[in-house]
Amino acid sequence: MGELNTAMIERYRNSFLKEVEANVEEGEWVKMCMQCGVCSGSCPLGKFWEHPPQEIFMMIRAGKREAVLQSESVWMCTSCYNCIVRCPRELPITHIMHGLAHYAKRLGLVPKTNPTAKFAQMFWDNLMVKGRINELKLGLALYFMNGFGDGIKVALKNQKLGMAMMKTGRMNPKEAFGGHAVKDLAGFHKVLKKAQELEDARIAQNGPPAGA
Amino acid sequence: MAKREYSFYPGCSSQKGASSSNYLISVQTMCEELEVQLNEIPDWNCCAASIGYAGGGELPRLTLSARNIALSEQHHPGQDIVATCAACWLSTREAAERLHEDQSLLAECNTALAEAGLKLRNETPIKHMAEVLIEDLGYDALKARVKKPLEGIKIAGYVGCQTNRPFGIAGESYENPKYLDKLVETLGGDSIPDYEKKVQCCGGALAFSEPEKSQEMVKGIIEAAYDHGADLIVTPCPVCQMNVEVYQDQINQTYGTKFQMPVVYYSTLMAVAYGRSAKDAALNGQIIPAKALDALAAK
Repeated sequence: MGELNTAMIERYRNSFLKEVEANVEEGEWVKMCMQCGVCSGSCPLGKFWEHPPQEIFMMIRAGKREAVLQSESVWMCTSCYNCIVRCPRELPITHIMHGLAHYAKRLGLVPKTNPTAKFAQMFWDNLMVKGRINELKLGLALYFMNGFGDGIKVALKNQKLGMAMMKTGRMNPKEAFGGHAVKDLAGFHKVLKKAQELEDARIAQNGPPAGA
Repeated sequence: MAKREYSFYPGCSSQKGASSSNYLISVQTMCEELEVQLNEIPDWNCCAASIGYAGGGELPRLTLSARNIALSEQHHPGQDIVATCAACWLSTREAAERLHEDQSLLAECNTALAEAGLKLRNETPIKHMAEVLIEDLGYDALKARVKKPLEGIKIAGYVGCQTNRPFGIAGESYENPKYLDKLVETLGGDSIPDYEKKVQCCGGALAFSEPEKSQEMVKGIIEAAYDHGADLIVTPCPVCQMNVEVYQDQINQTYGTKFQMPVVYYSTLMAVAYGRSAKDAALNGQIIPAKALDALAAK
């Protein structure tokens, strides 16, 4: 990941905006932002963003590459779509934030302790195993994402909730053994493997030329 | 009236023993009463919701939904897809639109799907169950089945985010959608049209990763319902339901509140209003019991 990061810096030395346009999902929209700030004011977690969306867009144009890609802010999106429906220029802001977060992850620039970055990755890894989410395993992985000691504390804090979920049939301890899955799991994995290969090939086209 | 048939995408959280398994039970009951037949998409997979983006890039994520639509088109040709989960609906419809606009992505998607002998035509309308109820069936048809009106029960219609934005229900506004209020009135209950938190975000998936931030927002959603004298909150989304119902103990500990506000699905209300049992309405899935509905179902 470190090498890719260095290569991308070389390739787009003078324009972070061009890098975003070429590599970030829906990134070609960033230049359309007119800095009105409606997105920032509409975000339910707006007060927690170090750099709200409007600022992120200007920072991209100003070439603040590390500040954007290493920011906790792009991991603060709840996917509520308030910004999307209110943006007067109709930028797909939610998708751009997800795209920036995913690009930061590809480059290995995600802040190491960010809980949403960890959870988002766990969610994807979980669904890729059986084609469906295993809520029990996802929940347990979440509790223990900051190590064993911390996990026990979190698990105890949520013990009463877990019991209530089980009692109402909304959590099943048996999911620890196998659990729900797609039947054509081999086919599912082949399809997703191919999709990842095609995605990687497209990225390589935008990526640094060989030997760079 | 001939049975209406839909190709049904239930989603991970509605599976047996999962967090919104109670939603599925009440939906099945509701659909029996409305003569709607749900044909489950065979071997559907997870849509990656709106939190899969860290690990999942654009094409792998779109391919997840493309597989579901392709399976639906193969096994249930001509049937609209209906999802009960807001995130399932949003991801699937978003993928369909993205693949409609970008032919090169569609071609890549189909190359991937061909690995399992599947092909996406991408011609299928993708609906949320609320659209089926309101746009396909209509309030009059929903009202005609009411056997036990929800008389004297005051209900805050919490629409939330993803059933409302960016697609929403036809004719409704993003800022003040009224369909849940109309539905409550249709079932004979008392709605709260000026419930000011009806489209407030509950935190979505960040309820897991940023619980304090999420619970602060949930606190506002519940508080506003109490301010209006609500007996319970109704919602069309499994994430909204879970986030607003199950953390009330923790919120009470943090803020010194005494919340004990039941949060149910529209389908729970409808199953009870249509005269079905507490079990058929999945009222036993409530962590905070909906006593007013329990009493009505027992009558």
